[in-house]
Amino acid sequence: MDIMSNLALGFSIALSPYTLFLAVIGCFLGTMIGALPGLGPSNGVAILIPITFTLGLDATSALVLMTSVYYGAMYGGRISSILLNIPGDEPALMTTLDGYPMAKQGRAGDALVLSGVASFVGAFLATVGLLLLAPLLARVAYLFGPAEYFALYLLAFCTLGGVASNNQAKAAIASCIGLGIAMIGVDDNSGMPRLTGGNMHLADGIDFLVAIVGLFAIAEVFFFIEGHGRNSSIGVKLEKVVVPWRDIWLVKWTMLRASLVGFVAGILPGAGASLGSFLAYMSEKSIAGKEGGFGTGVAKGVAAPESGNNAAAGGALVPMLTLGVPGSGTTAVLLALLMTLNITPGPTLFTDRPEVVWGLIASLLIANVVLLLMNVPLVSFFVRILMVPAWILLPGVTMISFVGIYSLSGSYFDLLLMVAFGVLGYVLRKLDVPTVPVILGILLGGHMEDALRRAMVLSDGDFMYLFSSPIAIGFWIAAILGFVAPMFLRNVLAKPQRVTD
Amino acid sequence: MASDRLFGLVVLMTALAFIASATQIQTSFLSDPVGPKAFPMLIGGVAAISALVMIIKPDPSPQWPVLKTFGSLLIALLVLVAYAYALKPFGFLFPTAVTAAILSYQISSRVVPSMLTGVGLSIGLFILFKYALKLGLVPFPQGFLS
Repeated sequence: MDIMSNLALGFSIALSPYTLFLAVIGCFLGTMIGALPGLGPSNGVAILIPITFTLGLDATSALVLMTSVYYGAMYGGRISSILLNIPGDEPALMTTLDGYPMAKQGRAGDALVLSGVASFVGAFLATVGLLLLAPLLARVAYLFGPAEYFALYLLAFCTLGGVASNNQAKAAIASCIGLGIAMIGVDDNSGMPRLTGGNMHLADGIDFLVAIVGLFAIAEVFFFIEGHGRNSSIGVKLEKVVVPWRDIWLVKWTMLRASLVGFVAGILPGAGASLGSFLAYMSEKSIAGKEGGFGTGVAKGVAAPESGNNAAAGGALVPMLTLGVPGSGTTAVLLALLMTLNITPGPTLFTDRPEVVWGLIASLLIANVVLLLMNVPLVSFFVRILMVPAWILLPGVTMISFVGIYSLSGSYFDLLLMVAFGVLGYVLRKLDVPTVPVILGILLGGHMEDALRRAMVLSDGDFMYLFSSPIAIGFWIAAILGFVAPMFLRNVLAKPQRVTD
Repeated sequence: MASDRLFGLVVLMTALAFIASATQIQTSFLSDPVGPKAFPMLIGGVAAISALVMIIKPDPSPQWPVLKTFGSLLIALLVLVAYAYALKPFGFLFPTAVTAAILSYQISSRVVPSMLTGVGLSIGLFILFKYALKLGLVPFPQGFLS
């Protein structure tokens, strides 16, 4: 079978001692990053990219390291959700709903182990789904021309704006900010500088890493200064940790269902892990009904969002690898990593660089096992990480961001831009304008324009060409639905608020 | 209300300026049917429409920080800008210690722990970056200690 030989190739790369070592380091760092409130998968991965790049790792190693961090951060996010009632990252929000009540009942250890196992199941099934589905999708993606890609990019912006934000106009503005920034610099087609305002520093365009680190990491510092570290409250104590076999057995179907829901949500472009954990929790809640006791600290309520969240994290890699369209904020950051490493995601990646794809998939499977083994016995160590106070952590994050960006270009101008993006990120988040579309716009703006222009060259300027194939029409319809439908569903799908005690 | 309207207005102005400067983009003789102007103008147009929607239908305003917190944010911003300029001429250690200490103070409001944080982070991160990760950092300004 094709998949088996491909997997064998992947494992031959991933099982080399060096790659294995990187995977373990990545998992460890990732769990720490996920556990720390204020650092999550997207900004954690973002501040590490410039450093990885400067270290001069080859493509496969860098990818293995960063995706291990990514999976690890997804695992780690649950720790502060359960113990402090503070989601370590956005997708972990749903875990607070039952995890924190469970911890308050003195079952913090059970909740942590249970959610660790649920994360493992979700991530494992999603990785299997990825390795089955991605090659198929890659084959379909060969049929895509510029018209289809243009519609696909539009779909990503629309669903991201529609599903993941509370106000369509704000999401559209965020996308336009990103796309507008992507236009700055020399135009590839005509070789003329655009929108630089005559500034020499802008002729090369704005580096997306500068924008990502500014929007995600520096903005976070401003938020902590505003809160004066108010969020670093002391939570529930952790007693001895034993494995709650009975609970794990009890939630087996919940984990499977939640993984499936999460995986599908992850594949949708623009939807991502937050939606995955949300849908998984809500569907399990309605299956369990009133007697299920969701929200009071039941095992199913801890397992469902964690499986969903981690499955969505895996699912989001499918469109990212096969189409070059990320499904979430963090995969957008991973896309930035691929672009930095000069790897162009898309169908050709599977034929031209099979060692990258399959090495990545194999190391995801390994990382997952490492994470489970690491998270159960070492959980009390990771809990201690939570004690790092914000007034040490946040200055540290800032300094790492500065060094990372500085070592990329060595120019003070990029550092200033990064600070400016930090301010922008603060203002945008204050106004409830999502920042992920900004990143997506900066990453995809060039490709989107290129697709449009190539389509117009092929059709000699006939705009109807954009709607000429069934696939393209399907994307357009999905894009419009994805943008408009949430306006009507908003009351039905209102996000539950955090439990306050 | 007011915050969204103000932001919408700023976006609208920026979008119009963006469109205006897009019309100034020079086209070369090697051009495709779309050219380098159309896509930026399209983006500006979408942004302007969305900004109008925001002005007409604003969300409730967020809770903005009080004046004193605003001051701390401004100080943090100025320190970060100064740090960006200082990193090259003054080396890594001194600017980092000062910046980290000030940021730490803005979060904790305690003098001694912040200063210790600053010095600790500066030295710790330097060792990490220079020796463990082998990044080329310059510890001191040139000519110092020689």
